[in-house]
Amino acid sequence: METAYESTKKRKQAAQKDIAEPVKKYRIKSLRKREELSGFLFISPWLIGFVALTLGPLLFSLYVSFTNYNITSKMDFVGTQNYHNMFFNDGLFWTSLWNTLYFVAFSVPLTTAGAILLAVLLNQKIPGIKVFRTIYYLPAVLSGVAVYLLWMQLLSPSTGLVNTALSWFGIRGPAWLFDPEWTKPALIVMKMWSVGGGMLLYLASLQGVSKAMYEAADIDGASAFRKFFHITLPMITPVIFFDIVTSLIGGFQIFQEAYVMTENGDGGPVNSLLFYNLHMWNKAFEVFDMGYASAMAWFLFVIVLGLTVINLKFGKHWVHYGGGDEK
Amino acid sequence: MNTRQNTPKFYETMSFRRKMKKSVVLLLLLLGSIVILSPVWWMISTSLKTPGEIAQYPPSFMPDSFQWSNYVKAWQTAPFTRWALNTIFITVCVVIGNVVVNSFVAYGFAKIRFRGKNLLFTLVLSTMLIPGFVMMIPQYILFSKLHWINTYLPLIVPAFFGNAFFIFLLRQFFKTIPDEMIEAAKIDGANHFQIWWKLAMPLMKPAVITVAILSFNGAWNDFLGPLLYINDEKLYTLQIGLQTFKGTVQTQWHYLMSASVLVLLPVILIFFFFQRYFIEGSNITSGTKG
Repeated sequence: METAYESTKKRKQAAQKDIAEPVKKYRIKSLRKREELSGFLFISPWLIGFVALTLGPLLFSLYVSFTNYNITSKMDFVGTQNYHNMFFNDGLFWTSLWNTLYFVAFSVPLTTAGAILLAVLLNQKIPGIKVFRTIYYLPAVLSGVAVYLLWMQLLSPSTGLVNTALSWFGIRGPAWLFDPEWTKPALIVMKMWSVGGGMLLYLASLQGVSKAMYEAADIDGASAFRKFFHITLPMITPVIFFDIVTSLIGGFQIFQEAYVMTENGDGGPVNSLLFYNLHMWNKAFEVFDMGYASAMAWFLFVIVLGLTVINLKFGKHWVHYGGGDEK
Repeated sequence: MNTRQNTPKFYETMSFRRKMKKSVVLLLLLLGSIVILSPVWWMISTSLKTPGEIAQYPPSFMPDSFQWSNYVKAWQTAPFTRWALNTIFITVCVVIGNVVVNSFVAYGFAKIRFRGKNLLFTLVLSTMLIPGFVMMIPQYILFSKLHWINTYLPLIVPAFFGNAFFIFLLRQFFKTIPDEMIEAAKIDGANHFQIWWKLAMPLMKPAVITVAILSFNGAWNDFLGPLLYINDEKLYTLQIGLQTFKGTVQTQWHYLMSASVLVLLPVILIFFFFQRYFIEGSNITSGTKG
């Protein structure tokens, strides 16, 4: 199909050339110019937004990170003072970095694996599968403060649903949001509930895997496990890659959950929920130390960028671009 | 395989195995569904209980008597009607901005030839890699210098300057429009602006609706924006309103849960009516189309 389309296209182009030849050159040029101009006109909203709302502010905050800016009065250049304070004089900085890394290290692999598993289950031909897909996807659209409030209730140590359910199996559930050891696992459990969002992405990709491959494997007598690890998984690696890159970036942004589920962002018991962004928020909007907060923002940017670059580098070795129709 | 007989036993046949596999999957999915749905059930049942029943141990799954008045009282305890109207206003503006501007920009990237297009599109994609929190502080400084604090402008205006993810999504869709169709429209005397509005937009209605729904959800659930920019309680949105309400009623869970149900209701309704558009968005993102 592709080649037939290609050949007609070529023929058409050739025909166009024949017609175009006698037309005066300036006309073609002005047409092309007009095309160029309308191209820039169409993307101009994004271009303006990029310069004014992304690039400009980004560079400005880099400068601010070397000052003692507090929005109202001061803006003196202080060199690397903010960065020095961050690394050597602020214990909470390290606490918040540790909390964030802990959360990312558990939530990203767990949600990725969970989403893949769920997608495989929901890719079977079973009566009512559409209803199941709807049910599993539902939590992904529910977000915001209402959901955090709901989970505060669900995780309530004595009368919450989670610990009630655990008690049926003879397990005495922890105090979750009140026990510094369990606050972060509590948030990870909450994240796992909405694993259906990632599932949908994998499901779409699973449906693009050609049936012929499974049939060939069946003839060779391959087991379900082998088929999963040697056909399914390699074929969906591009989506796994996309999912890991975006959920890593997303994972480092954790803020709202901790802000709402603790007393107005005080960081929870023993600062166990003081995430990086929460600490940055307090520095920027509680004490208005914009210089320090900007330094924190840039350090975060470097970490996330570094991880993305590592991802892209290693991605080449395990991501398999061959299946499905690439753009 | 171990059997020497020619006819395999019933449990070794393909059809039996297939049935077994299906039943196991079905059972797993059923159990999982209960786990997934129980929080939602818990929210609704708690919202209908009396405070006494919520505190009792072991907790009950079904309210003894349905306290529908919880909903009315919760709604009246705080200016929720005002907050709802504010949220609707902001959401409508953001959705309009996102749909119109992103499809406009996406059309440019998909269907117009100009120099540096690929480089600029790579730039669009790479902005998705910048953590939003990095942008938050300088943007706050910018908007405060513009005296936009305590107005809806910082929440609405950025929606009119494009969103990398939506541009990517819509571009993938617009690329499926055959070039011949656009050429034909041009020969008929249409310019790109007319082609975008009168041809591409109606043709790509599902994609446009997908973006509308995703941006509705984003705006409706936005917590950080209003938290940062809105100080006046009258101007609050439902999200920060609910957060304030949490401080007001403390641990009166029957009120907290009934208010939560009401705040989530529009999102749930839209989800059930427009489900297929969520799936559409995922198909594009995972690259099975376009």
